[in-house]
Amino acid sequence: MILGNAWRSLTPGAVARRIICGLTICYLVGPLIIVVVLSFSAAQFLTFPPTAFSFHLYRNLLDDPRWGDSFVTSVSIMIPTALAATLAATAAAYGSMRLSPRLAALVSGLILAPIVVPAIITAAAIYGLFERLQLNGTLAGLILAHTVITLPYVFITVSASLKAVDPRLEAAARTLGAPLHTAFRRVVLPLIMPAVLSGLLFAMVVSFDELVVSLFISTPEVRPLTVQMWSDILGDVDPTIAAISTLLLGVALFAMCGQHAVRLILRARNRIDGVA
Amino acid sequence: MLNRYDPAQNERKRLRGAALEIVGLTKRYGSVTAVEGVDLRVAQGEFVTFLGPSGSGKTTTLMMVAGLQQPTSGQMFLDGTPLEPLPAHKRNIGVVFQQYALFPHMTVAQNVRFPLEMRRVPKHEADRRINEVLRLVDLATHHRRLPAQLSGGQQQRVALARAIVFEPSLLLMDEPLGALDRKLREQMQTEIARLHKELDMTVLYVTHDQSEALTLSHRIAVFNYGRINQIGTPAELYERPRTRFVAAFLGDSCFLPGKVTRVSSEVAEIETAHGLLRGRNSGALGPGAAALLAVRPERITLSRHASGKADNNLAGTLQQIVYLGQSRKLIVRLGDGTIVSTLAPITAEDEGGFDPGDHVELAWSSRGCNVLTDDGEAKDAE
Repeated sequence: MILGNAWRSLTPGAVARRIICGLTICYLVGPLIIVVVLSFSAAQFLTFPPTAFSFHLYRNLLDDPRWGDSFVTSVSIMIPTALAATLAATAAAYGSMRLSPRLAALVSGLILAPIVVPAIITAAAIYGLFERLQLNGTLAGLILAHTVITLPYVFITVSASLKAVDPRLEAAARTLGAPLHTAFRRVVLPLIMPAVLSGLLFAMVVSFDELVVSLFISTPEVRPLTVQMWSDILGDVDPTIAAISTLLLGVALFAMCGQHAVRLILRARNRIDGVA
Repeated sequence: MLNRYDPAQNERKRLRGAALEIVGLTKRYGSVTAVEGVDLRVAQGEFVTFLGPSGSGKTTTLMMVAGLQQPTSGQMFLDGTPLEPLPAHKRNIGVVFQQYALFPHMTVAQNVRFPLEMRRVPKHEADRRINEVLRLVDLATHHRRLPAQLSGGQQQRVALARAIVFEPSLLLMDEPLGALDRKLREQMQTEIARLHKELDMTVLYVTHDQSEALTLSHRIAVFNYGRINQIGTPAELYERPRTRFVAAFLGDSCFLPGKVTRVSSEVAEIETAHGLLRGRNSGALGPGAAALLAVRPERITLSRHASGKADNNLAGTLQQIVYLGQSRKLIVRLGDGTIVSTLAPITAEDEGGFDPGDHVELAWSSRGCNVLTDDGEAKDAE
């Protein structure tokens, strides 16, 4: 009855807007929910809705060493990648602010290329190059490739944040006696820190999630989780995939929460300093 | 009070400021010249203001002295030491920026401590100096506030404290009061004047506000198109402008164009559309030169009948009277349509006396007006 009243007070436009929003959310979130539900299914095949629930898919995951190995591989690619990309992209973003506008556009164009160029072309190019350098199928190769792919995400985040920092702050630090690197470390870096950390998390998620390039340059010995999933699904449809998807979803959620937490903590710290 | 600069008086105080010399300083960006051939000597303890419209090169000059911009050519010396080889952080020059540039993630005390940390001042000594300087700018109870929690005037004072706490040999201020409202500006002007006197610093101050320049400075350098148009004490610039630009930028002036006919050591005679007029020969002009007679509105007296006492006399019709509070602006139209404004103080017994449409006689002394070069800059100045 109450709900009915609320609906009645809305204009037809508002009603339509709500319906469209609702359908969009269902479309986006629906498959995720189905996967999560499936991961707890007791069935041997991917059937929805499941008739009974169990953790046997998660047990599969633990029992089959391929999943564990590829998970470890993914993490050992993700962490160095995220660190390298964050370091390089932050330096690039800071440096390109000092270039002439034309040169800065060129530099950012090059750094952003992996987003613009179709993934399959990037993948083929990296494969060709790594073939000569004998980097295909190595952890170092995967880290290098992932760094190139994640660079643009960190670059965009940090660049946007740097643009919001008044250049006079750095100038002021210099007149007060700080050499350029100290001015950056003490004044600019703390101000762009939230963006740098978001960039880091972003790079981690992108690296963990990357498939196309990894598919080209990985081998059964060094195989990230995404590639493992892909080959698994190609062979026989093992319902374990639902469990692993749910875990991946968990990682992404964790990253998002982490980013949010960083912002909250930084804000709270400023507030406490200010009041005390 | 600050305008009378007396070097002897400074000898008695603890000397802190340095003398600055700038020779032929030039800055070009591609084909655009921002600063051209600026020469300037600033004495120890002197307060010099750069005054000019925006884009006239005054901030660029200041930033070159600070080391934040590289000059295309020219030299700068601080107490005889060339500045160009020194990077900004080794110049020991304090800068107060437009909009203050306080570090938003640091408290007031941390902001002020920053230059001391860079100089590795021991902690107890740094604490002492921070307390002293924050007391000096009247912010002793605000140590642990963040800049965002302060008012504009307070932020301004923190910026000032941060720029003087390390006892710089030179203090540069780039439109420091630009963001404050009028009341606060006047208050801060007094404050800056007091601090300058107390600490005896050498100060370069940039502003486009003429009253600020007149109030604070020992000398004013008027900038236009990247050059120093004229430099002098506030009284010199106001009384004896050499160009139309200076006469129009600093205070109001009425300009009557003409041609110089005769020149004596002091006085130049100029033939205008309104007859022969006389004024001080401020533009160093010779006979035959195109010139302007510039007269300040408050130097012109208005009467109903020509008295013949003054050496410059004109007749016109009173067009409009504008009440300004302390004074009254009387706008007179001359025979050929030229408009001349005059300013008359309003006294207790004042009855005005004139009505629009009245025939009036204008008179002023040749000693109170200037014959100067017509550089055609009046429009830019207003």
